[in-house]
Amino acid sequence: MPSTLLQKVWDAHSVRKLPNGQTQLFVGLHLIHEVTSPQAFDMLRARGGTVMFPERTIATVDHIVPTKDQRRPFLDVMAEDMLSALERNCREAGIRMFDLASGAQGIVHVVGPELGLTQPGMTIACGDSHTSTHGAFGAVAFGIGTSQVRDVLASQCLAMDPLKVRRITISGRLAPGVYAKDVILEIIRRLGVNGGVGYAYEYAGEIVDRMTMDERMTICNMSIEGGARAGYVNPDDTTLAYLRGRRFAPQGDDFDRAAAWWRSLPSDPGATFDDEVRIDGGSIRPTVTWGINPGQSVYVDETLPNPASIPSAERPAVEEALQFMGLKHGAPIAGTRIDVAFVGSCTNARLSDLREAARIVRGKHVAPNVKALVVPGSQAVRDAAEREGLHNLFIEAGFEWRGAGCSMCLAMNQDRLEGREMCASSSNRNFKGRQGSPVGRTLLMSPAMVAAAAVAGEIVDVRTFSDVR
Amino acid sequence: MSVEKISRITGPALPVRGDNIDTDRIIPARFLRSVSFEGLEHHLFEDDRRQASGTHPLDNVAYAGAALLVVNANFGCGSSREHAPQAIRRRGIRAVVGESFSEIFFGNAVALGMPCVTVSAAAASQLQSGAEQDPAAELTLDLESMTIQSPRARVPIEMPAAARGAFLGGSWDATGLLLERYEDVRAVAGRLPYVSGWR
Repeated sequence: MPSTLLQKVWDAHSVRKLPNGQTQLFVGLHLIHEVTSPQAFDMLRARGGTVMFPERTIATVDHIVPTKDQRRPFLDVMAEDMLSALERNCREAGIRMFDLASGAQGIVHVVGPELGLTQPGMTIACGDSHTSTHGAFGAVAFGIGTSQVRDVLASQCLAMDPLKVRRITISGRLAPGVYAKDVILEIIRRLGVNGGVGYAYEYAGEIVDRMTMDERMTICNMSIEGGARAGYVNPDDTTLAYLRGRRFAPQGDDFDRAAAWWRSLPSDPGATFDDEVRIDGGSIRPTVTWGINPGQSVYVDETLPNPASIPSAERPAVEEALQFMGLKHGAPIAGTRIDVAFVGSCTNARLSDLREAARIVRGKHVAPNVKALVVPGSQAVRDAAEREGLHNLFIEAGFEWRGAGCSMCLAMNQDRLEGREMCASSSNRNFKGRQGSPVGRTLLMSPAMVAAAAVAGEIVDVRTFSDVR
Repeated sequence: MSVEKISRITGPALPVRGDNIDTDRIIPARFLRSVSFEGLEHHLFEDDRRQASGTHPLDNVAYAGAALLVVNANFGCGSSREHAPQAIRRRGIRAVVGESFSEIFFGNAVALGMPCVTVSAAAASQLQSGAEQDPAAELTLDLESMTIQSPRARVPIEMPAAARGAFLGGSWDATGLLLERYEDVRAVAGRLPYVSGWR
């Protein structure tokens, strides 16, 4: 019977049906970081347990690392404590860790793919909701809580409820100035921030087929913002070409054997989906969020919603969001003044994202009164960008060029908004207080749009820049 | 490992209104800068509370003894941080009643032995109004009969069968269960080409 990729991967990793009806699922790759793992190791120790498959867990440090001065011990004592705990736990359990000295440290969802750890057909879990990123390779990847991190450390398994699959087909061709970020913001705007609860999203269609792995990762990354715990793309030639030669990808003849298996994984023609959605990708325009969840967005040439013209049930949420953001209903989003521009995060801090942002700022300068920073997703991204001279372009344009980490996406480090600052951000969440100031404000958009806003000092349509791709 | 069976939770309710209350609002990220969950309850909804200038229900002493939290749609969306249900549980809340929950939050709450049950939008609003009018009024959540009994009415509740079974059977802490069949786990791992080395 034809089946979906999700079903094939699920079946291959299923240990047994548990008495309560859940599936005991083997986890092929477990990624850990310093925020959600220390308590899991403590719980495991308290029960006298050990790590069952230490070679299937990989650690890095990302959320709390300072991006300016990364010398140890960190001046930030709490950050130093958290990193030390991770180092100690990894050492005791025999878990491989990519630390600041490794040259391979970075945001866990950037590091896994670029090292070739993330591969098609795996089940991947991490105590971080953006684990959905790894689905770009045709893996089944999802975020878990700390008690589940403990379970994976103890047993390499999780007790999971089955997921339904919604195929989202994006047809056509993206217009210039429209990026993967705009595609996923469009999907979330249409299907809602909880539309994906209970589902894995399978992204398909001509636009996804033509996308690079970086772009597919951007889309899968924000699946969780639409409520879908997992999102994936069927592996194809693009996937295989990306993996070939990567450090932890199979080498030599093994790669060919792996490729044969990977090519058997895509959803079969005639597979049944629990739901299907089709989107004309050609009609998508550069998108900006205006509210306090990622579903509250408009095209850059649109105006903010007018509560009078929306269903009464939705009015309080719109009013609350507009009030928090200090924005006026009916006003154009273009022209909204910004204080901070942030290019970074597991959504959009890969080399291609930095290239797109650099293309916009080349020969221009950040507007007065705008603080702008570029935070590469990993040390490898930073090194590659420097080899291309991108750092010089950014620095000459007035951006700060930082070390790799989660930085201002969630401000668990020194990078944060102050007061009511308005931030044009290439990250994934515009929740109240997300960027560190309880009353700070976030506008989500593509890295190119962030770069354009940094230069203009306000939200501006990136399509008016001659250097747009 | 056998754990406590959970079937019935009785106590006053704490109403927190609003759809899409995300985990950054439940527990802002700056309070995650620690290697333990201790003390998180002191920062539950901290920024929302500050912005409400004392009018947030958590700042109302009448709700100090609340055992059930009553919320609206898509509660706990966003980050996977278990710190969110931990902060709620450590505040003394033993169950959450709402219109819907994010999947990761729901699973994290199960692992702490804190049931999240869903009710209709009308019922959620009714339970919230009841608690606002009489904060001392007790609700009884019963996973056997799948109802909540309030002084005013009896409301049907829903919960996926697996989670309900886990609470009623005392198997909501999954670690022991997952360790039962070590050989089966080894066998599945051995059949996976990427584990066995592509041979």
